[in-house]
Amino acid sequence: MTKTIAEINEKIRKGQAVVVTAEEVIDLVKKKGVEKAAQEVDVVTTGTFGPMCSSGAYFNLGHSKPKIKVGGGRAYLNDVPVYTGLAAVDIFLGATALPDDDPRNRVHPGPFNYGGGHVIEELVAGKDVRLAVTAYGTDCYPRKRLETWINIKDMNEAVLFDIRNAYQNYNVAVNLSDRTLYTYMGVLKSNLGNANYSTAGQLSPLFNDPYYKTIGIGTRIFLGGGIGYVAWHGTQHNPSVPRSDNGVPRTGAGTLAVIGDLKQMKPQWLVGTSMLGYGCTLTVGIGVPIPILSEEILRYTTVKDEDIFAPIVDYSEAYPQRSPDILGEVSYGELKSGRIPIQGKEVPTASLSSYPKAVEIANTLKEWIQKGEFLLTDPVAPLPGVEAGITFKPLQERPIEE
Amino acid sequence: MTVAKRVVLHFPPRLVEKPIIYHLVKDHNLVLNILKASVTPKEEGLLVLELSGARKDYDKGIRYLTEAGVRIQSLGQDVIRNEARCTHCGACVAICPTGALALDPTTRRVNFYPDKCTACELCVLACPPRAMEVHF
Ligand code: SF4
Ligand code: SF4
Repeated sequence: MTKTIAEINEKIRKGQAVVVTAEEVIDLVKKKGVEKAAQEVDVVTTGTFGPMCSSGAYFNLGHSKPKIKVGGGRAYLNDVPVYTGLAAVDIFLGATALPDDDPRNRVHPGPFNYGGGHVIEELVAGKDVRLAVTAYGTDCYPRKRLETWINIKDMNEAVLFDIRNAYQNYNVAVNLSDRTLYTYMGVLKSNLGNANYSTAGQLSPLFNDPYYKTIGIGTRIFLGGGIGYVAWHGTQHNPSVPRSDNGVPRTGAGTLAVIGDLKQMKPQWLVGTSMLGYGCTLTVGIGVPIPILSEEILRYTTVKDEDIFAPIVDYSEAYPQRSPDILGEVSYGELKSGRIPIQGKEVPTASLSSYPKAVEIANTLKEWIQKGEFLLTDPVAPLPGVEAGITFKPLQERPIEE
Repeated sequence: MTVAKRVVLHFPPRLVEKPIIYHLVKDHNLVLNILKASVTPKEEGLLVLELSGARKDYDKGIRYLTEAGVRIQSLGQDVIRNEARCTHCGACVAICPTGALALDPTTRRVNFYPDKCTACELCVLACPPRAMEVHF
């Protein structure tokens, strides 16, 4: 049995497509078998909702009168600095950017109450934000200062552009030291006080298409409550890691770069986030549809939490020192039970990625497809796979001789 | 007049191995119910208690603790959850010392039980979208 995306889209247009979530497909295939289920099911929807630091957005502000060259100057949105090294009124705002006067970790752990991710959330919510610019002035752009309220609806373009999202698997973070650690994986209590993980597991997009057979450049997705696209593979995309028999990587592997019009997204799916003692970020909702083109592709989508393993990493020593040592592997089934054994100790687990919200995303995408509002796209190029032979490069320092 | 109050006690490392609670109960005639204890030698200890007894005994007991160097968290305030901001991620579950924030294993949502909350505020900054709010 094989299908094409064009055939599936035809069924979507007629409102006849059979769509299930990556959670529902597990029982369905158990009941009906792969062969029968592959004939019936057209699309499996996935979802994930976790903090993703490599998120950001670019904007075209429009020209003031007289004109100002923001490019090469300094600019702020609600006191959060934006990148101005672009043309006159194009700026880029990163999720982890902080106001110049934020105390950061001067009193550790810093609270990091407001940063780039929060500005993105407020813009998407339709709130006015303060734009402040200082520029050097030129003959064609004479103005040197600008302070004004600005609203997303007044901008020419507002585009979410995340250069790394939807990590295919990730570490389980623990702390072997005797002091509390404040990390991007949350608060880690001393002496194995807790184990934090961050993935939607069986619902997560890249666990359901582990070899990137359907997800590629140009794949249309649910992004931040609206529609987006896979733009490229994400940074640190590393398909060449050890995998289980089911193809699922046993450590961080593939990633996606995604893009979409911010103006049609929703604030509940782009949430400004503060990691105590670490910094600000943005929690992003992403859902990817997987066209069931063959039995093989369906089989991949039946992956269960029990079959997905992640490495347990000590964030007091191994992680900061870039040591490859791990304390063992654990399945997401075990992690979701609430406790896992590590070095003979029962350690309570906590997630940073919201499973109920991932379910909501997969269901929303399912509804869009069932109603015929969301058609699938054929990728224009594949993501680099295992055959690309990518190696993950650490930074080799070379001393600079004066 | 009798009182019953929930308090959070923070013991600095130097006090962790002293018989402070013994004296609190014996010398001040108070009844105590330990809701949560996390004490590791040489580290800060944390104790969440429900203390009850006569008002004047209670006040004396609190003075004794303060003078001994125990930091007591004032509970003249409430911690509530802003439901619109909570993403049910679960980051608070391992942080909350009393089980007031707990994962429902079937729905995988994080439930908040205000009656178990001692307003220790540990979750307030640990919650990534800052859904836990202090109200005085
Ligand atoms: S950490 Fe905050 S957002 Fe996450 S479940 Fe707890 S209260 Fe909700
Ligand atoms: S304030 Fe937060 S951490 Fe403390 S008991 Fe209440 S819910 Fe738990």
